[in-house]
Amino acid sequence: MGRGRLEIIAESLIEWVIRLCGISAIIFIFAIFLFVFKEGAEFLFNELDLTEFFFSKEWYPTSGYNKRYGVLALIVGTGSVTILAMLIAVPFGLGAAVFISEFCGPRLKESLKILIELLAAIPSVVWGFIGLTVINQLIIHVFNAPVGLNILNGGIILALMSVPIIVSIGEDALKAVPDSYREAAVAMGATRWQLIRRVLLPAAKNGLLAAALLGVGRAVGETMAVLMATGHSVNMPNSVLDSVRTLTATIAAELGEAPVNSDHYQVLFIIGLLLFSITFVVNMTADLIVRGVRKK
Amino acid sequence: MSSVESKSNPKGSGVRRFAESAGIRRKFRQEAMVKWLLAGATGMMLVPLILIIAYLVFKALPILSVGFLLDNPVKGMREGGVWAPFVGTMYLIVISLAIAAPIGVLAAVYLNEYAREGWFTRIINLAVINLAGVPSIVHALFGLGAFVLFAGLGRSVLAASLTLAIMTLPVIIASTKEALASVPMSFRQACWNVGATRWQTIRHIVLPNSISGILTGIILQVSRAAGETAPIMFTGAVFFKKVQQGDMFPYGLLDQCMALSMHLFTISTQVPGVPMELPYGTAVVLLATVLLVNICSIVLRVYLRSRKKW
Repeated sequence: MGRGRLEIIAESLIEWVIRLCGISAIIFIFAIFLFVFKEGAEFLFNELDLTEFFFSKEWYPTSGYNKRYGVLALIVGTGSVTILAMLIAVPFGLGAAVFISEFCGPRLKESLKILIELLAAIPSVVWGFIGLTVINQLIIHVFNAPVGLNILNGGIILALMSVPIIVSIGEDALKAVPDSYREAAVAMGATRWQLIRRVLLPAAKNGLLAAALLGVGRAVGETMAVLMATGHSVNMPNSVLDSVRTLTATIAAELGEAPVNSDHYQVLFIIGLLLFSITFVVNMTADLIVRGVRKK
Repeated sequence: MSSVESKSNPKGSGVRRFAESAGIRRKFRQEAMVKWLLAGATGMMLVPLILIIAYLVFKALPILSVGFLLDNPVKGMREGGVWAPFVGTMYLIVISLAIAAPIGVLAAVYLNEYAREGWFTRIINLAVINLAGVPSIVHALFGLGAFVLFAGLGRSVLAASLTLAIMTLPVIIASTKEALASVPMSFRQACWNVGATRWQTIRHIVLPNSISGILTGIILQVSRAAGETAPIMFTGAVFFKKVQQGDMFPYGLLDQCMALSMHLFTISTQVPGVPMELPYGTAVVLLATVLLVNICSIVLRVYLRSRKKW
């Protein structure tokens, strides 16, 4: 129908390009795994003692005679900051999600959502700088601590950083609860609080859980902010006012100095692999939970 | 319930005042309390944000000027402005965008227009979600392993932009997919009915009708790329690079560059004796860049939603 051969060829070429781009995400996720794995593989299989790696708190990667690659203290560092951040962010985030979804008029809702979007846009290095200056001084004043760069500081920063994702996913989950549920509860004479506690929270349970999980994923993977705000000392913490060091911050701080293909360099890639696996599992779980909701 | 059972009647006029019985009042009190509690939770996140930004701007005021933006850092980064890192950030934004935008948009076109819902699209979607969740420092490791070492690009603007592009790809895919999905099916059917092929339909009907939504996503990608530090630290950004005063295009594709985010990290943690206005000023310039870009995206979205035809 007047279409030249060239056009047909061009079109099928374009379709192939589109197909290729379509699977690009799969290609990249595999490539990330492969390249990070490749750089650390030699040391992982030949020399690394996995028991020591996971259960020793001795991290002396640059020591001259007694090199030790134990990441327990780093895992505890990441864990403690993440847990504190979630203790702050989950109640506030879900509370805000309920407020935005159930108590706001459309105008206020729209403005709050825009503000939260802007909160999410603040770069992590700026958060780190805020931790280093503002929150550092606050902690020194309030707790009379010698330094304010510690778990508490990192936890507050990470909480503020992961709240936007918790709010937006949580709000989606509440929005997905059919209005007929609300109408039925209101018709029975339930107050808004009864409606939230007895109807909405149980109905949106999985979505809210997924929101919290995605917050965890965000907090575990955050690098610059915790590098700047947690004090960066390898340490098994006793209180929230102790400095710690996280998995991510260790890579960021030490990769520049580790000679390519040295043991130290490879161990940093193995830590990267560990981080990749943690966030992979967290994201997969969150997705499975959300899918479960949608099927219902 | 309780209002009917309630015998107490404050007015005592014999008329049952429904709204004023004790049970109802308790309910109203409880409801108001819950409302304020939740509003408080929302405020507790947003008020600090506004206070902190105000504080940063206040601290940076003495140094903020056009000169601060146009001057290069001098004297071991203890004086001068942010021109060299600012241009570096612009380089990274433009090049990473040039890589990520076409791939991301076409990936979304594939997901929304070509692929049939099924296990395969499910895997692609999972990959997109996971790609968005990969920690930025792992992206840095990947960029170092793949682009800097394996592809032999060295630490360069190109390697850093490629790393940023892959990192921000999910943002573009997700928002473009949403934009494409909002184009009504009847538009496509009308086009097919006059004999257009799939690609012609996409090219002439679907893309023009969703261009605004696609733009919003692309703008968001820009804001992410501008702020990231970890992925460019080991792939192309350096602490310091000498740049001629007023040079608009100081970096080549295979040169290393400075970047605003990296510069803020450097002068606030790595260099001793920097006067405090400098990092505050740098933080405000970075924050302003990112927030301005975001506000553009929001304004565009609100405007376009208000004049949507269908």
